[in-house]
Amino acid sequence: MPKSWFLRFGLITGLLFLYIPIILLIVLSFNDNRSVSVWSEFSFRWYGELMRDDQLLSAAWLSVRVAFISASFAVVLGTLAGMMLARFGAFKGRALFSGMVSAPLVMPEVIMGLSLLLLFVSMEQVLGWPEGRGMLTIILAHITFTMSFVTVVVQSRLVSMDASLEEAAMDLGARPAKVFFVITLPLIAPAIVSGWLLAFTLSLDDLVITSFVSGPGSTTLPQIVFSSVRLGLSPKVNALATIVVTIVAIGIICAGIYNARQEKARQRDEQMAQQGG
Amino acid sequence: MANAQPSRTQTKLEPWRDPNEKPYVRIEKVTKKFGDFTAVDDVSLSIYRGEFFSLLGGSGSGKTTLLRMLAGFERPTEGKIFIDGVDMSNVPPYERPVNMMFQSYALFPHMSVEANIAFGLHQDKVGKAEIAERVADALNLVQLGQFGKRKPHQLSGGQRQRVALARALVKRPKLLLLDEPLGALDKKLREQTQFELVNIQEKVGITFVVVTHDQEEAMTMSSRIAVMNRGYIAQIGTPTEIYEYPNSRFTAEFIGSVNMFHGRVLESEPDHSLIRSDEANCDLYVSHPGHLAPGTECWVAVRPEKVTITKDAPAGSDGRNQATGVVKEIAYLGDVSIYEILLDTGKRVRVTAPMVTRRTEMPITWEDRVYLSWRPFAGSVLTN
Amino acid sequence: MAETVQSEMRHTGFLGLLQRVGLSGRALVVSVPYAWLLLFFLVPFLIVLKIALAESQMAIPPFTSLIENVEDLKYQITVTFYNFHYMVTDDLYIVAYLNSLKIAFISTICCLLLGYPVAYAIAKADPKWRAPLLMLVILPFWTSFLIRVYAWIGILSNNGVLNNVLMWLGIIDQPLQILYTPVATYIGITYSYLPFMILPLYSTLEKLDNTLLEAAADLGCPPWKAFLTITLPLSIPGMIAGALLVFIPATGEFVIPELLGGPDTLMIGRTLWTEFFNNRDWPLASAVAVALLLFLVVPIMIFQNVQGKQGGHP
Ligand SMILES: Nc1ncnc2c1ncn2[C@@H]1O[C@H](COP(=O)(O)OP(=O)(O)OP(=O)(O)O)[C@@H](O)[C@H]1O
Ligand SMILES: [Mg+2]
Repeated sequence: MPKSWFLRFGLITGLLFLYIPIILLIVLSFNDNRSVSVWSEFSFRWYGELMRDDQLLSAAWLSVRVAFISASFAVVLGTLAGMMLARFGAFKGRALFSGMVSAPLVMPEVIMGLSLLLLFVSMEQVLGWPEGRGMLTIILAHITFTMSFVTVVVQSRLVSMDASLEEAAMDLGARPAKVFFVITLPLIAPAIVSGWLLAFTLSLDDLVITSFVSGPGSTTLPQIVFSSVRLGLSPKVNALATIVVTIVAIGIICAGIYNARQEKARQRDEQMAQQGG
Repeated sequence: MANAQPSRTQTKLEPWRDPNEKPYVRIEKVTKKFGDFTAVDDVSLSIYRGEFFSLLGGSGSGKTTLLRMLAGFERPTEGKIFIDGVDMSNVPPYERPVNMMFQSYALFPHMSVEANIAFGLHQDKVGKAEIAERVADALNLVQLGQFGKRKPHQLSGGQRQRVALARALVKRPKLLLLDEPLGALDKKLREQTQFELVNIQEKVGITFVVVTHDQEEAMTMSSRIAVMNRGYIAQIGTPTEIYEYPNSRFTAEFIGSVNMFHGRVLESEPDHSLIRSDEANCDLYVSHPGHLAPGTECWVAVRPEKVTITKDAPAGSDGRNQATGVVKEIAYLGDVSIYEILLDTGKRVRVTAPMVTRRTEMPITWEDRVYLSWRPFAGSVLTN
Repeated sequence: MAETVQSEMRHTGFLGLLQRVGLSGRALVVSVPYAWLLLFFLVPFLIVLKIALAESQMAIPPFTSLIENVEDLKYQITVTFYNFHYMVTDDLYIVAYLNSLKIAFISTICCLLLGYPVAYAIAKADPKWRAPLLMLVILPFWTSFLIRVYAWIGILSNNGVLNNVLMWLGIIDQPLQILYTPVATYIGITYSYLPFMILPLYSTLEKLDNTLLEAAADLGCPPWKAFLTITLPLSIPGMIAGALLVFIPATGEFVIPELLGGPDTLMIGRTLWTEFFNNRDWPLASAVAVALLLFLVVPIMIFQNVQGKQGGHP
């Protein structure tokens, strides 16, 4: 904790601001009362209703599938793009490429959504593919906007990684493809994993772009949530939020523990190196 | 330590003096530009089999760039590189008979020491049993026998350096490139390792090209040195040649310390030249300078340890190679002392003298008037 | 001679085959993501632009590819042109644009004011605390954006948590109308985008050399002055990066004003949405998108510059 009072106050205010809404959501999800913000009694009622809501469950299942597939493709494309930006030096059209990679990071979603929709419509006219709008178009759109995030994560890992490791492998006789799979990939694996998780989360959470490119038969979880909260409070959403927060918290805590372990091992190794030297 | 230093030039053959000997590495008019910036400027070099060749130069002088072109990581903008007679222009790094030891060592952090060393052999599809044997040999060569199972981050700096060396050596390349191999080590370890590196090189008989910016290191280890300055090669020669007969003011000043007297050629004979220097306020007589036209502007370089310092005028002096001044600074370094003398002309001259003066004699102290003199062959004439 | 034997890079197998048709592995790596982004990022913009900018294409049939619109091709083009004109003349759009910029700007300032102390505190914290604190900042980001916006409905509504607490404390005796006002939008945007401000700020502040402050203290500079003259100026790059990460997407924000802002909070993202989904007027929506993009071109370019610098390349 920082020493200065002012900083301590600022930190606590900021964190409270970030967490109070989430904590309230969780608390109220156990509230039996329909008018969410007035407490009546503790119950799991809304969790039960959530589980019986077939429309919501099937939307959730669709969202998970879409997120899984998009994240997996986005990781491949994003890793390649990260490699290009971090390792290929100057290639033809580099400026355009890095522009196209970083623009989606900040591009308002309504613009991305509209433009992708118009693309899909035009493509269907010209090529007859993709037929209509549905899971496929959602996946294509999600790959496009999540790959930028993967690229940034992978690129910054590559930039901080000593390029002479790859050169050394090449110098010892490994061809570029082999260098990538035996040296680069294992070393950037943590970045790739976090890139995948990031892409997965972003895809799972996306409402605006999805709304543009989805069809009548494909409604994702955020779309269901949006239509139910648009009119005000919905206790089932609180229950859903609690589940999401729990999963994320468990994941992040596990990652934190794993990192702490790694750190301890590293310190032990360093001691060993000093004694051994 | 000093007496343990190997004196290469005496024990080794000198293939570069033999006109029939074919160079092993031939760098022909190589230039490397990064955009508008010329990092390596029209460099031509020949390196012979079994040499311990050093590239010496200040920071940013293009040493690493030249080495990386030999390894194949950079392509020359102009010029060609031949290794063993083969043009390397289109040979990628992984097909060159060359291995490199990186300045950062570049040990693969996710592999054990053994796996690091075996990496290159795996690429060559060497059999398992042979890999194990060669890895063990390499580890023994660098005295890391019991460290094979460790990961690089579990090693100290010196150990990592030796793993990097073993990894580069185990493939038995024809040519080993080393970029500041000792740069990351502390001074004591570095001196120790210099010696070790030379021994290993003699044992394996591989041609070494070493980049360094430490001139003492280069002098100690090398068969020959190429001194680089702003991308071009200022001088190539054995450590003695470079120290004793620098060909330019840059080399003279870069290697060791030197006193430089500005002057003009008065007369030039085949065996000597006479140079008038206002800075020294005397005529300088220099042996074997090569022919120079009278009137040419030049500098005479005299190493501090070649200057004799006395309190009385040297006997039988003809007034040449002689100057007078006042002692301004004295630094005792134990075995030698360094004097800085302000000449009557206003020039400052540095002199090193061994501490042989006995207690009974009056030692030279501050503000003493002293005579400086040196032999005709102590100086060298430089025109650029 | 032996010298020319190896003058060609020798590849065997698949790579060799590719090379013979003039493709190296490198070109292959480059072409896939490049082609993807061209097709799914750049081309869509051109299509939007094409549909939005109709004047130059009135005479020729430019939308033949959009067969869906073939029968009302004429109609569509005219309307698009009309709508561009319409957008300039109708107050609604101008007001929506200006309002979006205003809301994004104020929210960015709020994020900065709230985020700076947090980032600075984390950067100054004991190293062993930094990772967990940072994790606390990032954690909300991993939970659903939509749900986090939704949480504020329960807090800000008339019988929501905030009003109940204030009334219980006796500060107010009538519930405050916060939900469905621009204030709620400010709160929502600030809340949702705060981590984007904190992270770049933290990474600049963390890199800041502590000895600079020590040197300043040594030279007799009091801490608050050292902060103003050293820390603050040196953290400007982080502030810019964070501000752009908040400002640009906030300008086009749709979900937050829709859920928290009430019908009177006009923002351009909402207008676009309404034109597209409610009025089914795609050309007008495209025109709105083009105009929004024009507003954001400069900030996006600055962002890319910043991004390029910190991403760094050899
Ligand atoms: N990839 C590159 N792009 C642009 N300039 C470069 C590149 N690599 C090297 N340079 C420039 O070329 C010059 C020579 O660099 P080089 O690394 O060869 O120097 P060096 O002699 O090894 O110096 P040091 O002793 O500091 O390692 C430097 O000025 C450097 O900035
Ligand atoms: Mg270097």
